[in-house]
Amino acid sequence: MNDFLNSIDYLMLLKAFIIGGVLCILAQILIDKTKLTPARILVLYVTCGCILGGLGIYKYLVDFAGCGATVPLTGFGYTLSKGVIDEVRSLGLLGAFTGGIKTTAAGITAAIFFGYIAALVSKPKMKKQ
Amino acid sequence: MPINSNKEYQNYVDKKSPNSPIFKNCFNAFWVGGLICVIGQLIFDYCIYRGFSKDLASSLVSISLIFISAFLTALNLFNRIGKFAGAGSLIPITGFANSIISPAMEYKSEGYVMGVGTKMFTVAGPVLVYGISTSVIVGIIYLIFNTQAILLV
Repeated sequence: MNDFLNSIDYLMLLKAFIIGGVLCILAQILIDKTKLTPARILVLYVTCGCILGGLGIYKYLVDFAGCGATVPLTGFGYTLSKGVIDEVRSLGLLGAFTGGIKTTAAGITAAIFFGYIAALVSKPKMKKQ
Repeated sequence: MPINSNKEYQNYVDKKSPNSPIFKNCFNAFWVGGLICVIGQLIFDYCIYRGFSKDLASSLVSISLIFISAFLTALNLFNRIGKFAGAGSLIPITGFANSIISPAMEYKSEGYVMGVGTKMFTVAGPVLVYGISTSVIVGIIYLIFNTQAILLV
């Protein structure tokens, strides 16, 4: 365990904290100022991440901030575009259809499966107003 | 003071309604969002330390954070964090997970297929549709130009 604590890059943690926080501030400003619904903001973030990933820009942010860039939803979009580009390189056109889900499969499947389990074990309740 | 016109009424409302505490919201969003990313980074570091590859470590980070999010949502704690942190818990992958898990639990009473199965994707559906469609377009553009677009500019 001590080895692990020594191996942590603390500067990276700080960078992850700041970049992740800033991405959340941008979304918070959008929520407060434009009345966009959360669903639209999530869509906006994923699409932006995917486009920036396709342009090759987002990679620099990931190299800089690690999970600060990959954990927010823009990182989900980046992972989609990264998978697609890698697959297109090896498979051609077919890769455009297989690459995206392949790299994000873990996240999507985990969310669906854990969501289903949570629904199974929880008691249904009335929506609180 | 009687209110005679719409404009006066609007001024009156503006004066009475509290200012949107945008700075407080942003501050809360900043540190909660940052903290979630730091937890992700710690899990990532631990996976690397245990000798996993980078891609596998990223997947494990997503799965772990989604599991934590599912756990907190099931205990009804995540909604409270969400109210406090706003976008801070929405934007990290925990928010995506919450947007799947929360309606799944809520609509259980409407049945397992049309309730849980359908409502799960009320928010996540659009995210996946637009994310995946964009990625296919990115792939096709990459195929045509055979380079990342930034090198073209």
